[in-house]
Amino acid sequence: MQTRSPHPSTPGARSGPSRRAFGRVLGLAALAAAPLALIAVPTAAGAQTGGSVNLVAYSTPKPAYTILGTDFAKTNSGAGVTVSGSFGPSGTQATSVVDGLPADVVNFSLEPDMAKLVKAGLVSSSWDKNATKGIVTDSIVSFIVRPGNPKHITSWADLVKPGVGVITPNVFSSGSAKWNIMAAYGAELALGKTSAQAQTYLSQLLHNAVAQPSSASAALQTFLSGQGDVLLDYEDDALYAKSKGEALDIVTPPQTILIENPIAVTKTASPSAKAFVTYLLSDAGQKVWGQQGYRPVLPSVAKQFHFPQPKTLFTIDHLGGWTAVNTKFFDPQTGIVAHVEQSLGVSTASG
Amino acid sequence: MTNLDATVADLGLGPPSRDPGPAERGPGRRRSRRYSLVAPSSALAHAGTFGKKAAGPALAVTYLSLLVLLPVAALITNAFSGGWHTFWAAVTQPEAVAALELTLVAALIVAIINSIAGLAIAFVLVRDDFKGKSVVSALIDLPFALPTIVAGLTLLALYGANSPFHLDLAGTRLGIGAALLFVTLPFCVRSVQPVLAELDAEIEDAASSLGATRRQVLRRILLPSVLPAVLAGAGLAFARAVGEFGSVVLISGNIPFKTEVASSWIFSLSQSDALPAASAVSIVLVLISLLVLLGIGWARRRFDVPETV
Repeated sequence: MQTRSPHPSTPGARSGPSRRAFGRVLGLAALAAAPLALIAVPTAAGAQTGGSVNLVAYSTPKPAYTILGTDFAKTNSGAGVTVSGSFGPSGTQATSVVDGLPADVVNFSLEPDMAKLVKAGLVSSSWDKNATKGIVTDSIVSFIVRPGNPKHITSWADLVKPGVGVITPNVFSSGSAKWNIMAAYGAELALGKTSAQAQTYLSQLLHNAVAQPSSASAALQTFLSGQGDVLLDYEDDALYAKSKGEALDIVTPPQTILIENPIAVTKTASPSAKAFVTYLLSDAGQKVWGQQGYRPVLPSVAKQFHFPQPKTLFTIDHLGGWTAVNTKFFDPQTGIVAHVEQSLGVSTASG
Repeated sequence: MTNLDATVADLGLGPPSRDPGPAERGPGRRRSRRYSLVAPSSALAHAGTFGKKAAGPALAVTYLSLLVLLPVAALITNAFSGGWHTFWAAVTQPEAVAALELTLVAALIVAIINSIAGLAIAFVLVRDDFKGKSVVSALIDLPFALPTIVAGLTLLALYGANSPFHLDLAGTRLGIGAALLFVTLPFCVRSVQPVLAELDAEIEDAASSLGATRRQVLRRILLPSVLPAVLAGAGLAFARAVGEFGSVVLISGNIPFKTEVASSWIFSLSQSDALPAASAVSIVLVLISLLVLLGIGWARRRFDVPETV
């Protein structure tokens, strides 16, 4: 240190304080490292028993997985197994796994995210060849309104009335928003409209959008902050928010889409990981999902819950399936929604 | 000099010579420089004299390459992975253009406003003694420490539809401005404060006693000395505002063509599996920012020599 002191004017004079400062930096580094080491110990121990399952999932089921992980550990096949979860926006999570985030079990909001992993060779292409077609939970797109529904929002037509503020996340960044848009589009078709009329409806809907937050959770925050009259959201997310005591009412639209959330194990998954997925799809696991606001995929378990039944419930397959829909509607440059936003933007700019 | 400065200097990263920078000119009261984490203009202005020892520059360049140049290179590779045509399509897409325009204009306005406000606050903190000054001084760094998404939530509660002040800035460009003003203020205060602290108040007193008016003291003595630091702060604030995401994204409402900032559009592209397009728009953002920062740097060097009194 002293020999390469770049201060020719004050040789040696710096070494004292500098050494002290250096010592202080080392001390700080040691302090900072201490908690890291403490965290690392149990993780390493868990890895050694081989009973750890890395779950990578979209953000909404986080509270459900806390319960499911605990309950799974109480079963025979799950004894001693720790489920450690990573939760975030569905698209980001899928990309992270492709880029190397360790994952044994993956649970996404929508199928195209699973397709990314199949394409990357991380998940078997036959992931959806089981009794539930690879789906672990169902839900629907619901309307969340202010308590007492002061704007009397009961149908899709009510959303495009003047003066109704709609919140739906940005379709390019949020899986939830894609479900919302397809629910709106499919609802119009179910009402006997043509494809062109349904597209016009999308334009009117987005025209009424007072916010297009980047994710479903940001959208809920925005709505709870007082903005807008109606939020398009997963029914399960709405039920969870309501159970937390948030002031909101849930309106089930007469026509809506059945949301299907895919789950799969990766090709390198341990037997514990497979057992965990088996548990999630079992009667016991599905019951927990139901209690957490998700619609169970097993009819026998679904019967125990009394979820409101919309007049018309359609799936993404009725609209052409995710592969086709994703390109046609949600390509950020050429998709229908991009064109709708652009035409709205032009009118906004001129008006 | 604080211990931190001494350590940095010994590593060969600090200004090697004691050639007095504009901040230290004169026999001034040398107050302890508490806020030297934001490089004072003297350190930046003399960056050119690094090359006396071989190890210093080599270390600096290696570190810079790993931390900055490598990611930038990856960004460029990514942006052009689909060819020039895809790049051009991505950056000329109307939604991208609108987002870039909004971001750059907002960042410029915010940098200007906060430069003026930051100078005033720094002046008060340096020259005035009042009760609770240390608390106020610590508060200024708060936007640095606060996770930006928390800042976003707080601002939404404060300026949103349920605002206790009956301000509804949610979903407006004013809301974006409010969020950016909040997160960039520390840059503008902290870059000016140490320079002001080292300015000799006696020179101003002398000027006054020689008959200079308050205005003249301000214009001829104070401003020329702090202007480089103000510009440095403006540059940092601008850069931060351009890339800001968390604090803006909630209050802006993120409406395409209206309140969608560039970082948010880029995030959307990345989520839509359009990484080349996301990189392309990022590159344009970085390039324009670089030009603005270079312009500020040029202006700073121009003003770095104070006018003779």
